[in-house]
Amino acid sequence: MKLRSPHLLGLEGVPAADINLFLDTAVTLREILSRPIKKVPTLRHITVLNLFFEPSTRTRISFELAEKRLSADQINFSKATSSVTKGETLLDTIWNIEAMKIDMVVIRHSVGGTPYFLSQHCDSKIINAGDGTHEHPTQGLLDMLTMRDKYGKLEGLRVVIVGDIKHSRVARSNIWGLKTLGASVAVCGPTTLLPYEIEKMGVDVYTRIEEALDGADVVNVLRLQQERQSSGLLPSLREYSIRFGITKERLKYLKPNFTIMHPGPMNRGVEISSEVADGPDSVILPQVTNGVAVRMAVLYLLSGGVGKIE
Amino acid sequence: MNDLIISGGTLVDPIDNYFGPGAVVVSQGKFAEIIKDKKQPKGNIDASGMIICPGLVDMHVHLREPGYEYKETIQSGALAAAAGGFTSIACMPNTEPALDNQEQIRFVLEKAKAAAVHVYPVGALTKGRQGKELAEMADMREAGAVAFSDDGTGVQNGNMMRRSLEYCRMLDVAVLSHCQYDDLADGGVMNESYYSTSLGLRGATRIAEELMIARDLMLAQYTNSKIHIQHVTSIGGIELIRNAKRQGIKVTAETCPHYLVFSDDCLKTYDTNLKVNPPIRGKKDMAALKKALASGIIDVIATDHAPHAWEEKALEFDYAPSGLIGLETALAVVATELVHKNVLDWLSLIKLMTLNPAQILNIPAGRFENNLPADITLIDPELEWTFAETDIKSLSKNSPFVGWKFKGRVTKTIVSGKTVFEL
Repeated sequence: MKLRSPHLLGLEGVPAADINLFLDTAVTLREILSRPIKKVPTLRHITVLNLFFEPSTRTRISFELAEKRLSADQINFSKATSSVTKGETLLDTIWNIEAMKIDMVVIRHSVGGTPYFLSQHCDSKIINAGDGTHEHPTQGLLDMLTMRDKYGKLEGLRVVIVGDIKHSRVARSNIWGLKTLGASVAVCGPTTLLPYEIEKMGVDVYTRIEEALDGADVVNVLRLQQERQSSGLLPSLREYSIRFGITKERLKYLKPNFTIMHPGPMNRGVEISSEVADGPDSVILPQVTNGVAVRMAVLYLLSGGVGKIE
Repeated sequence: MNDLIISGGTLVDPIDNYFGPGAVVVSQGKFAEIIKDKKQPKGNIDASGMIICPGLVDMHVHLREPGYEYKETIQSGALAAAAGGFTSIACMPNTEPALDNQEQIRFVLEKAKAAAVHVYPVGALTKGRQGKELAEMADMREAGAVAFSDDGTGVQNGNMMRRSLEYCRMLDVAVLSHCQYDDLADGGVMNESYYSTSLGLRGATRIAEELMIARDLMLAQYTNSKIHIQHVTSIGGIELIRNAKRQGIKVTAETCPHYLVFSDDCLKTYDTNLKVNPPIRGKKDMAALKKALASGIIDVIATDHAPHAWEEKALEFDYAPSGLIGLETALAVVATELVHKNVLDWLSLIKLMTLNPAQILNIPAGRFENNLPADITLIDPELEWTFAETDIKSLSKNSPFVGWKFKGRVTKTIVSGKTVFEL
C-alpha cells in the first residue's frame, strides 16, 4: 500500500485508505514501544529536521522519540536558537538546512498554511506538527487510533469536541479525519469560541453542554487558554467552567461505554475536573502513547515505507 | 501640421456613447479632430480590427516613491501603466514619508515630468496618514493634488472623517475613502467565512468594511460633500451605495479586477498574492460586483496596483504584506471576464476605465475632445494571449495572473501624441 500524498499537511481531503494505512501501521509499530530494546533500524537512512517555531513539549518530545525509535537522524531547531531572529526568512533557513541534505521536515508554526507553503518551495517531505489554527494532523490520527482501540471502528461513533473550537487545530483535524471514516461529530462551546460557519464542516453545533453530550460515545475536551478572557472572548474562566466544564455529574448524559479524551496540556478544574481526567473512562495517557506510534507510522510511510520493520 | 491620424478602427467615446467607425487626428500632442464617421482621412496609423478609445485612467495606484523605490518608482510604475493601456494614473499618498504636504506633491509632479504617462498625486487627508490632524490640503491642492485619501487604512475616527469631508468640500475635490474599521477587522488576513475557518487563517468580517461605508455615506450627506468609496468588495457595500445614490448623496465607487475573478476559496493555496486589503470575499460578492458594474452602481474599475518585492511576499501568510500589482493585466482581465462573458459591452467597460474616473478626479482625460492631451489606447478585442512574468514592467512581480489566458489586449498606448507602449 502506498500513500497518495507525499506530505502530511492536514487531514482535510486525505482519503480513508490513507488514514487507515496510517492507523494500521501505527498499530504494527506500537509493538516496538513495549520491547526491552525499543529501537529498530528502519529509518537509519533518513534525516529529519524538527522545526519548532512555537513552544511545544508533548508534540516535540513525541516526534523526537518516534524518530529515535526508528533510528532516523534528527536535527532540532527552535525559534529561540535559529537565525530567524536575525531576520532570515523561513525559506532561506529551510533552503540552507536542505543544502546540508535532509529528507523530512517536521514543522510547528503559529501561522496557518506554513507547512503547505514549505511544501511548495522545498524538496523535503513535510509533516505538519500543528500550524496556527489550521490543522494538527498527527494529533487527529492519534485521537482516532485511541478511539479505534476501544471501539474497534470509528464508523457510527458519536464524538463531541468541547471548548475553544475557534482556535483549535486539533478540532479541525479531528473533524476531517473522523468524518472521512464515518463518525458523526459535534462541537460545543461558547458562541464566541465557535468559528464562523463551522457547521459547513459537517458538524452539529451546540452551546448547551448537556445537549451536546446526550448520546455521545466520546468527549474530546480542549484546553482553554487563559488569554481568551483578556482578549474579550470570555467573561471569565469561572463562568466557562460552570457552563462547559466536564464534570462527573455531566457524564450521565453520555452513552454507557463512553470515553474521555484531552489533547493536553490540561487546565484541571477549568475545562475538565480531575475526577474525570483521572477516572476509569479517561484515555488521556494512552493517547500520548499512541502519539508516538502514530508519528512513527507517519515518518515511516512518508519516507516511502520501504525500510524493513524487524 | 498633423502628427498622427489614427483611422480604420472602431472609435469608442464615452462622452457621447459613440461606438462605431471613426478616426482621431492629433496635432502637437493634442486632439485636433475627432471623426465619428465612416468617411475618414487616410491615416498613418492603421487601427483596423482595433478599438480606438481615450487613454485609460486608473485612479488608484501605489507608486511607492518616495520611500520604497525597491518596490516601484514613479518611472517604473508609469511604464507598467503604459503597458496596460493607462495614460493617466492617480498615485496614493501612503509613501514614506506620506504625501501630506505641498513639498511632497511637488516632488511627485517633478518626477512625473519624465514619466511615460500622466501622474496625478493624491494627497493625504491627515498628517502622516495618522488620522489625527488634517493635512494641509489647500496647499496640496494648489500644488496639484487631485483628490485626498488616507488610503491603506481607513480613517478610524468619525469626527476626523467629518472634518476631512467638510474641508475637501471647500476645495471642491473628492475624498477617496478606504473603508475598514481596524477593530472589527480584528487582525484578519482574509475574508471571514467558512474558508477562514477551514484554512485556519484569521478572518476579517465584511462588516468592518460595510460599517465604515455606511458612516462615510451618512457623513457625506450630512456635510453635502463628495465621497468616493475605494475598492468595494461586498454585496453589503453595493447595497449601501445603491441606496445612497437613490437618495442623491454625492457618492461614486470603484472596484478592482481581482475582486471580480477571485473568491475566498482561492486562498486554499495560501497564495500571498491574493492577500489584499480589503480581502477578497465570496463567490456571491463576486457576482454582485459584476452586476453593480453593469447597472452603474459602481462607477469605476481601478487596479489598486500595489507592488511588493518577492522576498516580502514569499513569507508565511500572516507576515506577507497586502496587495497585488494590476496595471499590466487590468484591461485583459475585465475584457475576458466581463465583455467576452457578456456582462458588459465595450462601451460601458471603457467608460468605467476612462470617463468616469477622469470626471471624479476632474482631470483632462477620459474622452475625445479637441485640445485635450492626445491620450489614446488601442485595443485588439479578440487577441488571445497568455500573461507571462516577462510581460511585467513593474519592478515587483506580485501578480496572481501569471499564466492566465486572456482575450483582449492593449496593443498601443499613446500619451500626448507620443507612443509609450507598442505590442
